[in-house]
Amino acid sequence: MSLPVPPLLAYAARRVVQAIPIIILIMIGSFLLIKLAPGDTVDALVGDMGGADPAFVARLRAEYGLDQSVMVQLWRYMLKLAQFDFGWSYVYEQPVITVLTSRIGNTMLLMVSSLAVAFTFGVALGAIAARRAYSWTDNMISTLGLVFYAMPSFFLSLLLILIFSVKLGWLPVGGIRTIGAFKTGWADVADVARHLVMPTAALSLIYLAFYMRLMRTSVLEVMDLDFVRTARAKGAGGARLMFHHVMRNALLPVVTLLGLQFSTVLGGSVIVETIFSLPGIGQLAYTSVVKRDLNTLMGIIAISSVIVVIVNVVTDLVYAWLDPRIELK
Amino acid sequence: MRGMRGRLLLLGGALCVIAATAHAEDVKRGGTAVIHMVSEQGVLNPALRASTGVYQISGKIIEPLIDKTYDGYVGVLATEWSSSPDGKAITFKLREGVKWHDGKPFSCDDVAFTAMNLWKKLLNYSTTLQANLEAVDCPTPYTAVFRYSKPMPLELLVAAMPDLGHPVPKHLYEGTDILKNPYNQKPVGTGPFKFVEYKRGEYIIAERNKDYWRGKQYPYLDRVIWRFIPDKAAAAAALEAGEIHESGFNGISMEDMVRLSKDPRFDFGSKGFENNVAHSTVEFNLRNPILADLRVRQAIYHALDIDFALKTIMRGHGKPGRGPIPSAGGANYTDNVPTYPFDLDKAKALLDEAGFKPDANGIRFKLRHRPAPWGEYTQLWAEYFAQAMKKVGIQVELVTNDAPGFLNGVYRDHDFDTANGWHQFRADPAVSTTVWLRSGAPVGTAWSNQFGYKSDKMDNLIDAAAAELDPAKRADLYHQIQKLEMTDLPVIFAIEHPFLAITSKKLRNHHNTPRWESSSWYDLWLDQ
Repeated sequence: MSLPVPPLLAYAARRVVQAIPIIILIMIGSFLLIKLAPGDTVDALVGDMGGADPAFVARLRAEYGLDQSVMVQLWRYMLKLAQFDFGWSYVYEQPVITVLTSRIGNTMLLMVSSLAVAFTFGVALGAIAARRAYSWTDNMISTLGLVFYAMPSFFLSLLLILIFSVKLGWLPVGGIRTIGAFKTGWADVADVARHLVMPTAALSLIYLAFYMRLMRTSVLEVMDLDFVRTARAKGAGGARLMFHHVMRNALLPVVTLLGLQFSTVLGGSVIVETIFSLPGIGQLAYTSVVKRDLNTLMGIIAISSVIVVIVNVVTDLVYAWLDPRIELK
Repeated sequence: MRGMRGRLLLLGGALCVIAATAHAEDVKRGGTAVIHMVSEQGVLNPALRASTGVYQISGKIIEPLIDKTYDGYVGVLATEWSSSPDGKAITFKLREGVKWHDGKPFSCDDVAFTAMNLWKKLLNYSTTLQANLEAVDCPTPYTAVFRYSKPMPLELLVAAMPDLGHPVPKHLYEGTDILKNPYNQKPVGTGPFKFVEYKRGEYIIAERNKDYWRGKQYPYLDRVIWRFIPDKAAAAAALEAGEIHESGFNGISMEDMVRLSKDPRFDFGSKGFENNVAHSTVEFNLRNPILADLRVRQAIYHALDIDFALKTIMRGHGKPGRGPIPSAGGANYTDNVPTYPFDLDKAKALLDEAGFKPDANGIRFKLRHRPAPWGEYTQLWAEYFAQAMKKVGIQVELVTNDAPGFLNGVYRDHDFDTANGWHQFRADPAVSTTVWLRSGAPVGTAWSNQFGYKSDKMDNLIDAAAAELDPAKRADLYHQIQKLEMTDLPVIFAIEHPFLAITSKKLRNHHNTPRWESSSWYDLWLDQ
């Protein structure tokens, strides 16, 4: 007698198992790709220090295991990774796992809040625009969306800083907390929220435009479908028609995009985190490339691939919930 | 007449007294100075990493034996120094009654341990400087005798000490793996500030040391916070919004620096960086037969309008270079060297003479140029170089790269025709400058001779100068080295420039020593 496994769980478990070889391949590929870049972390370190004598450099290379061939280094790295050991960051002089865990929270906070803002407002504005298609409201929403979409995030970030920090003095320029204030409890939460307003705005406005455009098209398309006409014929009107019949169906492509974009937001956060000096994964990835901090970079790639895999699975589950016709196999 | 003078003297004396008391009353205690840092520092131990980025932080926490002020070298943890006549024994008298931040007393044991285990074996540049160090004896707890197998010029050692002479506590390092010692990230020193916390990617905090040896009144500040802001535009905004007080080492862009310098809330300038002078260079690969011709290198020098570049790139903060030693080099510097003033006709004539006539398109030859990614100056200087060369028919292709790519391409693979970077002067030419010109360093060593330049005369001069004990003779040898370099031209030391800082006027007593960013800031205070 076998235990009945809920299909949802079986599906999720199978997807996770399938993901393992993919992640291993990603890791090997990234390792070799990073190794293709000229120079290693010792070069970057020596560059920072303004020079060092040959004995010093040779000793550092040996210490970091960089005197071995690439294949030996790869093998050693994968062996360690198999034991969930991400190694040591020679730039931060800390275990990579410590470096990552101290930052992943900030990035997730930024990502989730930006995507939530972008998704909610994007979907709402898109639906409104579609309801009043080709009206004055629609034109304004669409134009604004286009402006946000076209504006590079670094420019938007600096513009926000200039207006709200330098000129008005309402919001802090950067960082995640007021340094040296040592706030606790709700005061700390409020402090972090204040620091996140501008980065979230800068990161979400671009994606907001995406969702808005897509939602608008999608709603317009669904509104012409037979079942909407049927619903209207049987007397469903206004809000019920919009929320129950149209939007639920129109959301499907938007959810696909949301799942896909989770990984792009991770990329977009590099710029926003750097400008707002938010200690997150994006900023870390950038400095790690510049400093050739291989272990940290590989750790970031590993975590990012895990996140993307999980998000993909969740996206599939949301599909099935939104549209009962989709079966999880 | 006599009475008048007497009164004037009296008046002068009274003014002095008023000024002194006013100064003492003026000083406000307390407050937190917030300082901008561009990049993160993994190691905060100046006895392991000789770099200004480390000193900027560790200088407040860990003190050197000797520091440099506008009045010359002054003792910090050392009080007196002298050399034996043969130059093989150098004695430091150490300051008594100094305590480490953990309460243990500072003594010669700490100096001997650090010198033998860190300065001699692990610290960059210092391993070369201390290569002949055989032992450090402690005849009394406050006397350290450095014994060398070959003569060590006292002048050289003293000049090197502010950067390469930081003792660390023996009791925290002995018997540990020094490179992995946790105190490399949470430094313990004798300085005016104690290390509190290092939050990676965000900030470092140090707080007031209540038992500082200079006296209870020091330091004036309660706290120093270094904030890591990698984006230069965001750092400029943070300065404007009053979130940070100071950004040094050209931490924000020149454009923002010039803009903020007009703002009455800020001080701007190169004061306090006299000891951190660097050269903007053009470096030749003499393995290239075209560049091996001296006339070509002279022509390139003549084709550079140094004054124009100085005005547009450095906004006037700097002066034309006169060889490997900058004017900050004191007695070892001379401006009595061959020069190559801007003269396009002469440049063209020299190129013609060397046999490189322009083709139908006006191009004589092409060069692959690697600019170092050390920031705005190197980037713009490379672009200027390419433009200037075009005027005399040399086509320059810029090969941009990041730091590891540059160091490998230039120093290991020698895959360049010309390159530009900057070369920082470290108080004495023997510490790092002459390393660049001497032949024989292993291939791939950063800031060693990448030109393929080999001159027996130069090598002999460098070796003689490094071992010369008489300061006057030593200075003469360095003058000869400068002249020879300006004659042979393996590299053009085009412009010498100090770094620049922008500082909130709320900070007082700022930039009051020639290596202020690296100094201890015991007398820095905040007017708020």
